Amino acid sequence: MKFKSKAALIPYLFWIALFVIAPIGLIAYYSLLDLNGDFTLANYKNFFTSAYLTMTLTSFWYAFLITFFTLLISYPTAYFLTKTKHKQLWLMLIIIPSWINLLLKTYAFIGIFGLSGPVNAMIEVFGFDPTQILFTDFSFIFVAVYIFIPFMIIPIFNALDEMNPSLIYAARDLGASAFTTFRRVIFPLTIEGVKSGIQVTFIPALSLFMITRLIAGNKVITLGTAIEQQFLVAQNWGMGSTIAVFLILIMFASMLFTRTKKKGGRA
Amino acid sequence: MKSLINVTISILVVCGLLWFATIKLDASSSAGGEGILTVYNWGEYIDPELITQFEEETGITVIYETFDSNEAMLTKVRQGGSAYDIAVPSEYTIETMVEEDLLYEIDHAKLPNLQNIDSYYLDLPFDPKNKYSIPYFWGTVGVVFNPNDIPEHLTFETWEHLWDPALKDKVFLVDGSREVMGMGLNSLGYSLNSRDDAELREATERLKSLNGNVKAIIGDEVTPLMINNEATVAVTFSGQAADMMWENEELDFAVPQEGSNLWFDNMVIPKTAQNIEGAHQFINFMLDAEVAAQNADYVGYSTPNSAAMELLDEEVVTDERFYPPVEMRDNLEVYENLGLEMLGTYNEYFLEFKMSLQ
Amino acid sequence: MRSTLSTSAKVYLALVFVILYAPIFYLIFFSFNSGGTMNSFEGFTLEHYKAVFDDNRLLIILINTVIVALLSALFSTIIGTLGAVGIVSLRNKKMRNTLLSLNNILIVSPDVVIGASFLILFTMVGVKLGFTSVLISHIAFSIPIVVLMVLPKMLEMNTNLIDAALDLGATRRDVLTRVILPYIKPGIFAGFFMALTYSLDDFAVTFFVTGNGFSTLSVEIYSMARAGISLTVNAISGLVFIVTIAIVIGYYYFMSRSKKTKEA
Repeated sequence: MKFKSKAALIPYLFWIALFVIAPIGLIAYYSLLDLNGDFTLANYKNFFTSAYLTMTLTSFWYAFLITFFTLLISYPTAYFLTKTKHKQLWLMLIIIPSWINLLLKTYAFIGIFGLSGPVNAMIEVFGFDPTQILFTDFSFIFVAVYIFIPFMIIPIFNALDEMNPSLIYAARDLGASAFTTFRRVIFPLTIEGVKSGIQVTFIPALSLFMITRLIAGNKVITLGTAIEQQFLVAQNWGMGSTIAVFLILIMFASMLFTRTKKKGGRA
Repeated sequence: MKSLINVTISILVVCGLLWFATIKLDASSSAGGEGILTVYNWGEYIDPELITQFEEETGITVIYETFDSNEAMLTKVRQGGSAYDIAVPSEYTIETMVEEDLLYEIDHAKLPNLQNIDSYYLDLPFDPKNKYSIPYFWGTVGVVFNPNDIPEHLTFETWEHLWDPALKDKVFLVDGSREVMGMGLNSLGYSLNSRDDAELREATERLKSLNGNVKAIIGDEVTPLMINNEATVAVTFSGQAADMMWENEELDFAVPQEGSNLWFDNMVIPKTAQNIEGAHQFINFMLDAEVAAQNADYVGYSTPNSAAMELLDEEVVTDERFYPPVEMRDNLEVYENLGLEMLGTYNEYFLEFKMSLQ
Repeated sequence: MRSTLSTSAKVYLALVFVILYAPIFYLIFFSFNSGGTMNSFEGFTLEHYKAVFDDNRLLIILINTVIVALLSALFSTIIGTLGAVGIVSLRNKKMRNTLLSLNNILIVSPDVVIGASFLILFTMVGVKLGFTSVLISHIAFSIPIVVLMVLPKMLEMNTNLIDAALDLGATRRDVLTRVILPYIKPGIFAGFFMALTYSLDDFAVTFFVTGNGFSTLSVEIYSMARAGISLTVNAISGLVFIVTIAIVIGYYYFMSRSKKTKEA
């Protein structure tokens, strides 16, 4: 594109320098300090113990599951939403629940999933025994997916919404099945939206912490939980920063997978 | 483009109006006068009426700010930039704060009401002669349980009962390394301030054998679960147990005899203070018998104020579960500040235990 | 394309909405509970709503929360949108990828880390902790989400449009305001709304960088956890929720009606 707008970047670059590079510098610096403030590489060595490596895998696995299920639920939702009559209004109604405080909603989930909560009441209606849904992988992933759904739906909705409907008509007229139309026409055209949705789900999901305790009862321990503990309980900012450094590295690595393939005409 | 500009302008206008509203609200609530006092406390840890009463009596405007953990509060005070005149940390944090020279000495001459405090709670090892801190509330760590849902022989007179096979998937632990490791150590007859690695190792293994019984390790959220009978047994703080029992009368609370933790939340004047005179006035106010009684009634924790205890319900202050007599308190230990190194070790072991859970 | 939704699609959407709103209605339901906690429902009462209006401190905190959310979302949207436009117009691919990676660092960093490092930053520079530091922090951590919301729209945009406009003699300013911004508008609004979400939800960062009496609803709610969250908070959330819904629906109908009258 011939269009250049270096000027537009100035405030953004200013932000990067001040609120990204500077804090990262601080984190990198702290990661090299031990409890007495002396330089050490011990924190990095500590990270390569089994506990943290297991935690890394756990975080990765759960972030993957959360992203997968969020996408699975959000894509059809976004698709159907674009076809409703008042689609902008419905989209707003998807966003609004995310404005209510998360801790309050989490407490509500504790009540909803509880033994005497509405979910178990329904289970009983169908003749099953009430079961404790809280503190299981299911409840953890459910609530995490709940949190991320709006973040996933919006970019996909925006991508679908602008799509030229005649493309789909053309595909259908040429005899493509609904599935082929989706796979060959609709999905490729919305890929940027999907990628954006995956990024805004997967990346923060890596560092989820509060609900690992409230909903998973600490049976799921992610890197985010570990960092929080190191900062706020152990008061070991060095180790906490080291884990944060690794978290950022993992994020970079996962960015490589969703990187936009350059096509002609772009760039 | 036009719509974007319109939206921008309307947001700015709305913010302007809202800002104006806060000024109006602020003016109507504070009379101003004798300056400002910033109190930094746990949320819902004071009867708000008492703040109003203090403001009326002294003419001081109180700003009430809240924190959710000792360590987070410590970071804020350490870093400065805000004017906290009063803070209410727990005893091990007070030790750290004294060490780091973050507290002003308290002038006892300005606290005539200090005589209301039971001498048992004064001059404790974490703050000899109460140079830096004045007791606010205190309590223990114990087991809250629902006797209707478990075999009769489980009374939790001993930590051993947590390991009973009948409690499969029924035990909730508090999410704190000192509390859980302390429980492990106590159950083996060791001190909960142990610095001996072999003892800690043993305690961790002991805790791991609790695996099948542990349903979850959570924090304050255990309160609604116990109240709703969703949870049967929980290791928790006495103050929280009192809250639960207030709501759910089936519940009972016990402090195991091998020993447990005795904790204190004390009022301190951090070095960030701007109004030291007002801070003393506030501490003295909170020590007043009637004020302390009203506060204890509101918060539901155990008060160290013996004059206030006389004003409280007989039934409450004679309840040995929350006001254990002196001989029972002998088995209890106050957390010592173990130093960051040792705290780190406790955390590593606690993490190991948590990760072993399935 | 304009075909109406099938029944199964409607059921699916309904289910999604039920789940999204379930915890909120649960909260609101208990805000009428005379029992005082979010546990068993004992009886109907309006006392918690009365308490909201009696508690000036809580009202001020609520308004502060809204002001910070609106302003931070606005500024982060402006900076983020310009950033996204700038990033896409960069020729150097390496530079572009580097910027995008840097962009996501704040999203992956746990709030405690952001909060602690911002606190150090502010005290080093000497910014007084309070409204300003909270607002700046919220702008800072909301920018990346705005970029991520605007970016796909920028990438989808047909560059021929821009090139054509430039060939026809349009200035860069014209291209930005008449071609690019209108096209990426859905992305901009998405970014704005998600920035609002980030701001309203944040506890840890705000906690660290606030001071001098300034507080937000989240900080208040989290610090209540130890002694029990009062139902006043449920009531206030319920009120906020109802008002928001009313504004959104009212605004939507107002807009669609004025659109219709224009068309007629």
